[in-house]
Amino acid sequence: MSQQIQVSGLDAYYGKHKAIEDISMTIDPQSITAFIGPSGCGKSTFLRTLNRMHEVIPGARVEGKVLLDGEDLYAADVEPVSVRRMIGMVFQRPNPFPTMSIYENVAAGLRLNGRYAKSEVDGIVEDSLKGSNLWNEVKDRLNKPGAGLSGGQQQRLCIARAIAVKPEVLLMDEPCSALDPISTLAIEDLMAELKSKFTIIIVTHNMQQAARVSDRTAFFNLAGQGQPGRVIEMDDTSRIFTNPAQKATEDYITGRFG
Amino acid sequence: MAAIAVFLVVEAVPALQANKGSFFTTLTWEPNGTQSFGIAALAFGTLVSAVLALVMAVPVAVGVALFISHYAPRRMAGVLGYVIDLLAAVPSVVYGLWGIVFLVPFMQGPSEFLNTYLGFIPLFGGDVVAGRSMLTASVVLAVMILPIIAAISREVFLQVPRMHEEAALALGATRWEVIRTAVLPFGRPGVISASMLGLGRAMGETIAVALIFPATFGISLEILTPQGNSIAANIANGFGEATPIGRGALIASGLVLFIITLLVNTAARMIVARRKEFSGAAA
Ligand SMILES: Nc1ncnc2c1ncn2[C@@H]1O[C@H](COP(=O)(O)OP(=O)(O)OP(=O)(O)O)[C@@H](O)[C@H]1O
Ligand SMILES: [Mg+2]
Repeated sequence: MSQQIQVSGLDAYYGKHKAIEDISMTIDPQSITAFIGPSGCGKSTFLRTLNRMHEVIPGARVEGKVLLDGEDLYAADVEPVSVRRMIGMVFQRPNPFPTMSIYENVAAGLRLNGRYAKSEVDGIVEDSLKGSNLWNEVKDRLNKPGAGLSGGQQQRLCIARAIAVKPEVLLMDEPCSALDPISTLAIEDLMAELKSKFTIIIVTHNMQQAARVSDRTAFFNLAGQGQPGRVIEMDDTSRIFTNPAQKATEDYITGRFG
Repeated sequence: MAAIAVFLVVEAVPALQANKGSFFTTLTWEPNGTQSFGIAALAFGTLVSAVLALVMAVPVAVGVALFISHYAPRRMAGVLGYVIDLLAAVPSVVYGLWGIVFLVPFMQGPSEFLNTYLGFIPLFGGDVVAGRSMLTASVVLAVMILPIIAAISREVFLQVPRMHEEAALALGATRWEVIRTAVLPFGRPGVISASMLGLGRAMGETIAVALIFPATFGISLEILTPQGNSIAANIANGFGEATPIGRGALIASGLVLFIITLLVNTAARMIVARRKEFSGAAA
């Protein structure tokens, strides 16, 4: 069900400003990849190019290739909408739909994708909430507003919403940065479980988190002041954190800059 | 506020005591002559014309607002927004004149068409079809309240947090689906409030409808026939040559209009409040 991602020669722009340059990498199925790097180096920008969310910003555009299982997501005949259905996303700030109940939030993606019988939706909602370890906490109040949950619960609700449509890939942009340590651990455990079904990519500023959860790590940095961001180094997480090839990577993870 | 209310009640009571008909059921308005008058037809006309106007105006206004906020290119959106704001500021007498000069003759044709082919629906039934009808007055009111509803709705739609729209986009929503899942539900309370403002305006509108209504005193759902009146139009038409009793009667009708407006607004607030926990106010 999860598939390999191959990126080659990818640049992304905001209007005339080139935010990231010449990014190439391969991401294996059923793995967790962490993106680390100083603020503003383009991690979020790159993540959003992977599900064609970058281009929803006025003036933003992308050059280069992203292959999902060999198919170019930026080919002329590919609909961004269908790309986003295959590649789900969890945002930095939990963003459940405020006008919807917990149940409706999880079912939101299904409502877009066509008709399901009520019993089918019930089943998917339950499975997704179980999948995001939220079921036990909310099963008695599925019709209450999603915005009434705690921050950590809201984030797990957003994860449930994302996995309900059964994507191949799950992109997470600093999913724990607004959460307390307990909720953070809950989400890290969850990622380890989800890995068996999805390819997961996570942006994080938390080195321990990257080290704990990911199989591979990519270190992003600016080529220089005012220059676009690039991938400096990408390797197995254990290697990046013990014996990185680049001096800049070592400086960053040991906290000597950034 | 209270002082005004007391003053109005004091003015109205003698007329109500002198009324030879029943204020709530009599279908004439002759406080100056036979001293028999009733509010029913006027209140009916006020409500029906305003509700019809709302039914016509809200979908169009929401569509225009969505077009400006989510479809139009930025420059076009700016121009359109400006035009809508301008239209919202046009005095109602201008709409009334437009109604009587252009719309009344214009509506004759479509009204006959509706009457001929959809006459089996009571709303479009009746023997005589005229340009000066409930429908025409409602259309004028709809055109009049459309800009204000559109302007407020556009503001509300623009305030939908980006993160909710992105949440929908990331689920693979098309532009229309983003609007359905994130924009419209979030904007719903605002659109309801805007509509109520429009409804209030339509019910209180005086001059535009006074020019168009044939000032009859029957209750009929046949909106194409030459019938129709409203509380405000009746006051405008009658206040000049009213006897003291006549003035009191008109003031009493004004009080009724005030109460209807209050009731409608309360109802709207209740609708909005009922879904408060889902309004996004907590997020
Ligand atoms: N909507 C936008 N419009 C214009 N420029 C943007 C926009 N979003 C980001 N940028 C620019 O693109 C560059 C990369 O930003 P990005 O958000 O991808 O960095 P990041 O690595 O995710 O940073 P952080 O760790 O702080 O989240 C920055 O120079 C930023 O100013
Ligand atoms: Mg970021």
